[in-house]
Amino acid sequence: MNNTLIIARKEIRTYLNSPASYVVLFVFLIISGWFFSSPLFLINQASLDTLFSIIPIIFVFFIPAITMSLISREKDSGTIESLTTFPLSDFEIISGKFLASVSLIIIGLIFTLIHLLTISFLGQNVDFGAIFCAYLGVILMGAAYSAIGIFSSTLSNNQIISFIIALLIIFFLFVLQFILFFLPSSLAEFFQFLSTEYHFSNLSRGIIDSRNIIYFGSLIAIFLKLATVIMETRKWK
Amino acid sequence: MIELQNLIKDYGSLRAVDTINFKINEGEILGFLGPNGAGKSTTLKMITCYLTPTDGNIQIDNYNVYEHSKEIRNMIGYLPEHNPLYLEMTVYDYLKFVAEVRQISENDFNKTLRDTIKKCGLTEVISRPIKNLSKGYRQRVGIAQAIIHNPKILILDEPTTGLDPNQIAEIRELIKELGKEKTLIISSHILQEVQAVCDRIVIINNGKIVGQGTTEELKMSNQRIAKLNLELIAPETELYTIKEYLPQIDVKTIKVNGENVKLEINYPQDKDYRKDIFNFIKQKDWTILEMQLHTSTLEDIFRNLTSGGKNE
Repeated sequence: MNNTLIIARKEIRTYLNSPASYVVLFVFLIISGWFFSSPLFLINQASLDTLFSIIPIIFVFFIPAITMSLISREKDSGTIESLTTFPLSDFEIISGKFLASVSLIIIGLIFTLIHLLTISFLGQNVDFGAIFCAYLGVILMGAAYSAIGIFSSTLSNNQIISFIIALLIIFFLFVLQFILFFLPSSLAEFFQFLSTEYHFSNLSRGIIDSRNIIYFGSLIAIFLKLATVIMETRKWK
Repeated sequence: MIELQNLIKDYGSLRAVDTINFKINEGEILGFLGPNGAGKSTTLKMITCYLTPTDGNIQIDNYNVYEHSKEIRNMIGYLPEHNPLYLEMTVYDYLKFVAEVRQISENDFNKTLRDTIKKCGLTEVISRPIKNLSKGYRQRVGIAQAIIHNPKILILDEPTTGLDPNQIAEIRELIKELGKEKTLIISSHILQEVQAVCDRIVIINNGKIVGQGTTEELKMSNQRIAKLNLELIAPETELYTIKEYLPQIDVKTIKVNGENVKLEINYPQDKDYRKDIFNFIKQKDWTILEMQLHTSTLEDIFRNLTSGGKNE
């Protein structure tokens, strides 16, 4: 079997055996469910917009929480030494862990499909195309945040520190969209392009633009590469 | 089979391993001995490709650690220091994971697993989470993961640290058993351990090799001072006259107990002075109760070679 998949499977099993991941999933579903259902009858529209406006905010906290331990704990317990002396490349280890974290995010998102069921029962003219795009958007966003989280996890053998570093990077990318008016207009466009929220908002409106997909893809590639580089520096220390 | 050539490793400004050279032949059990912080683990980490040397080379068969890291890691089974394990996994899940990483096919897995757990005595605990196991069992799991792919080379970094005497004996038995079919490197700061299982010993201190050879060779090359214990019935005041008679010897300590006197005499190893000492005592008409020559043990050599080293 492919090495990346072996690592991913082991990590997913670790997630499913750990009470912490159930707590995190539960909190994610409670918060997203509350924000979706409480204004549902006030807005009176068969859309998931409220859900997709809260998920990016929850992800800022949720994803660092699920990625913080992925490398940190291996470093802390010393298992990184047995793992890296198996015939695996560092990139296979990193990408396996990335896949596991994306899988957990997708599991979380699958539970939110119940809201889709609700609106398709209650309302008419549900725009399934736009909802599909929005799901694609949150998955891409979640994957990009996971890459950032894993990168942060390689930086420290303390999970809390890894969590905070990931939170800071993700929060910075998330908040850019909302601070643009503080910036000179020449810079604003550039910073807007860096913001995850900007790229996600396109997708959540049902527009699949290659620029948005390339943006998330690049974030994933850059941070997984950085994580691999950091992993490799142990050899030269 | 394994050759370390001018191996150097620096941690910042600290030189942890300083120009080490040695060879390990196929099928040999090598004991890698040194006080804590001597550079043992660092050297083993370089052989297992966890760390890259600052300078020098490690050659294993036709592979070197710079270009063939993956091939080398395939050949080696490694138990790192402190035996890190995924505590939340069961023994079965963990060994299954290692077998997958080691590319053992599904078909071979059952047989391989059965052989490995039998060899390591893990049959009763196979379905238990590792965190619930005793230290001795955990160590067996660590060894099991290292041998599951039947590697040619097995590297065990301090395999008996923290175990109770019974567990140590069991692990040593297991190591001896494994040594019959594999090239084995065992690091330890415990001398008896190395003495008990190894064919050859390399002693390292402050990153440098300070002695190597078989137990016998090490004893031979380092036995410079002989120690002779004597118990006599003799007047204490006259004892030192022996120094005038035999200036080459050194009377170290004297203990008086009634009319019995115990002394320790040291003299250079190259000549046996026992006859002269006996003649002197006969001439004085004293009584010899005991006369015992101590050749230095490996422990003395170890202490001798590694003393004065900085312990970190």
